[in-house]
Amino acid sequence: MTGRVASIALNTFKESVRERVLYNLVVFALLLIGAAILFSSISVGIEQIILVNLGLSSISGFGLLMAIFIGIGLVWKEIERRTIFSILSKPVRRGEFVLGKYLGLLLTLVINTGIMTLGFYAALLYQKRTLEVADLVALEAVYFILLQLAMVVGLALLFSCISTPVLSAVFTFSLYVVGNFLEDIRWFGQETGSSLVESLTTGIYYLLPNFGNFNVISQIAHGERIPGYLLISNSLYALLYVSILLSAAILIFEEREFK
Amino acid sequence: MLAIETVDLTKDYTVGFFRKRPRRALEGLNLRVDAGEIFGLLGPNGAGKSTTLKLLLRLIFPTSGTARVLGRELDDVSMHARVGYLPENPYFYDHLTAREFLNYVGELFGLPSAERRRRVDQLLDRLGLADSSNVALRKFSKGMIQRVGIAQALMNDPELIFLDEPMSGLDPLGRREARDLILELKAAGKTVFFSTHILSDAEVLCDRVAILNRGRLQGCGELREILSLGVSATEVVLENPAPELLNELQSYSRSAIRTGNRVRIEIAEEAEVPSALGMILRRGARVVSVNPVKMSLEDYFMAQIDNGPGKLPAEDKVEALREEERK
Amino acid sequence: MTAAGVRSQGTGRLRGACGAVLVLSFLALVPLQRAIDRELAARGNVGELLYLPSGGILQRLSLGHEGLLADIYWTRVVQYFGRKRLGQATRFDLLGPLLRITTELDPQLVIAYRYGAIFLAEKAPAGAGQPEEALQLLRHGIVANPDYWRLWQDLGFIYYWDLKDYESAARVFRAGSERPGAQLWMKALAASVAAQGGATQTSRLLWSEIYRQAENEQIRASAKDHLLALQAQEEIESLNALLSKYRQAVGRPARSFRELVAAGLLRARPRDPAGALYQVGPAGLATLAPGSKIDLRLLQ
Repeated sequence: MTGRVASIALNTFKESVRERVLYNLVVFALLLIGAAILFSSISVGIEQIILVNLGLSSISGFGLLMAIFIGIGLVWKEIERRTIFSILSKPVRRGEFVLGKYLGLLLTLVINTGIMTLGFYAALLYQKRTLEVADLVALEAVYFILLQLAMVVGLALLFSCISTPVLSAVFTFSLYVVGNFLEDIRWFGQETGSSLVESLTTGIYYLLPNFGNFNVISQIAHGERIPGYLLISNSLYALLYVSILLSAAILIFEEREFK
Repeated sequence: MLAIETVDLTKDYTVGFFRKRPRRALEGLNLRVDAGEIFGLLGPNGAGKSTTLKLLLRLIFPTSGTARVLGRELDDVSMHARVGYLPENPYFYDHLTAREFLNYVGELFGLPSAERRRRVDQLLDRLGLADSSNVALRKFSKGMIQRVGIAQALMNDPELIFLDEPMSGLDPLGRREARDLILELKAAGKTVFFSTHILSDAEVLCDRVAILNRGRLQGCGELREILSLGVSATEVVLENPAPELLNELQSYSRSAIRTGNRVRIEIAEEAEVPSALGMILRRGARVVSVNPVKMSLEDYFMAQIDNGPGKLPAEDKVEALREEERK
Repeated sequence: MTAAGVRSQGTGRLRGACGAVLVLSFLALVPLQRAIDRELAARGNVGELLYLPSGGILQRLSLGHEGLLADIYWTRVVQYFGRKRLGQATRFDLLGPLLRITTELDPQLVIAYRYGAIFLAEKAPAGAGQPEEALQLLRHGIVANPDYWRLWQDLGFIYYWDLKDYESAARVFRAGSERPGAQLWMKALAASVAAQGGATQTSRLLWSEIYRQAENEQIRASAKDHLLALQAQEEIESLNALLSKYRQAVGRPARSFRELVAAGLLRARPRDPAGALYQVGPAGLATLAPGSKIDLRLLQ
């Protein structure tokens, strides 16, 4: 089974790597990181903080765009173009297909994020003239960005199994935005005083993907390290949530018919 | 040994958004395909041929009824390792070359890399794709894609091959090659199950055929028997017949076609053939040949379709023939 | 698109496995999320909003959504400073910059100025202890909202309460009383402050106004605390007067209020406005009970 999943993953990776839009996004991201150097020279004394902030935010933003853009077409394209017929008629289980697709896209994102991170460090080197070991702390933020992207791709994949690309993009993006404001939603529910609203918002708080847990860019910009406890908890959270998304996708896919 | 067996296989689709009405795409299909034969599934467009194939390959699920492929239940995905499938109007991964795609298919079958490479080369060669093996599939013509499709269907050296409209998109040369390939597969002991609406292909290739119309099985049987069911006319070829003879023969035959020094007449009524022949011989004309004009598959097909749902006249006729033979 | 039809055992088991993963993972998420919440809260995580250098840059970046961004900032302010944090002091030093960014994004967000007036000026630990900052903020607020007379009231209040600069306070109250819509008592207040300075009655009036006008639970609670403290202070003064009388009469200081009750100077043992008993301290003066909810430090 792992052999087949790996094959599908590699094929998906090859396919998405050849998407021209990906190149455009990466180039754009690198340009923005470069521009951040100019930008940061405006505010004396905090150039590095601004560069790290903007750089990491760019990586996060463009990573998000990539994840959504490719993720939504992932399964839909195979169904629409009927390429899926020649896959499912082989001894490939539907779950293996879903898993392979996911891992392939995740690999693409990891590599693209890696490229952008290299660009980031190049910019940092240019600005500071040297790099210290302390600068490696930014990798912790990149790791959290990747965890977020893993969840976003899972969402995109799930929607891709049931809906058209446009709708999938809208849903995925909306869930990402809402997922960043879950704490505000829960607090709002507590403030209203209505126990019905409060239980509703609490339910939403635990149900929807909590992207807010992973927002550490500003801390990293100030050179603060992320405690090991949080690194582990967040990794576990992302793992659990991705399992949920993939299980749901597999369940849906098992029932899906291909006319 | 049965390669394929279906028992009351039925497929309903629900149509409509609010008031869901079921549309019956396939009803109570009972089919038996023996190992080692070439079986043709015929029918007009929308008859349910593709539906049947997709049900057997677990791309869609039956509403009721069961089926077995190579003795295994439909849900047994591992059975797919012994089966090949060419979908209708196939489309493969644009960004891959023919070689890369076939290699990918081989990986999905779990073929070890040396054997995989060997088979890819073999198939590319056999299907005339060796020169384009490193060209991206997006640049392939329809006929070439069809050939790639056949190649990927044969990648695992399957026992049973499903072909959905295998001749579509092929030029006459390609069709001849495809036909030869199918016959080769049979000679190698494999079972071929293909669907088509081109009857001439079926006529040449199939051992047995089944005719589907509007989701129902209309007729099924050995091709030989079906074609011998109705002798529609008798053809007599004469050499240099006298004009007076031809005039007299007009009462037997409407048409008289002259080719060089030969004239071909067609006598519609079987009963009149002896008297016609008698007259010809009395006039001393030279008879080159006397042949029954066989019912073509098309004729049979049209008759089945016109007969409408629910009847299986072919089976009745075959039974009747057998009865006669025993007497 | 789903078929109700015939499926095998294998599929059933897969469905069961996926379903189990789904349910169990969701259940496991709840305690995990709680753990993450605790971890984040303990680090005083105010969020990335804090670290941007200026409202000006932020405004340009917000691409026309300054109002929304200001509201988000304001929400963060109330969330963070309004919460009772366990084991970790609230960093009031962050309040000034946050309010500055908020009001630069949306100069008409009046509540931000009023909030700042109370909690920026208030001494630690209940506030930032930065009355000058508060003054600056309010001045910006008045410039952006010249007709909002209540901001004058807040400005005067800071002079009065935090800086004890009664002359400036009276001047500001008078200027504010001339704004359209200003309440009539502002004029009277100006006169009273000019004449009497920091009389308890005046203070009580001001805090009552703040309590009445409070647009926010936190402000209202703070005003209430101040009012109770003022009342308690007054009561302590009159209790001290009684204690002094007792000492002159009996020749030695009372050790507890029971003696005053026995002597007929009080009807019952006195309680502070929050309900706790007053006690006689070591210096022979009335004090609050140790567990009293009243905080006299607010009056400094």
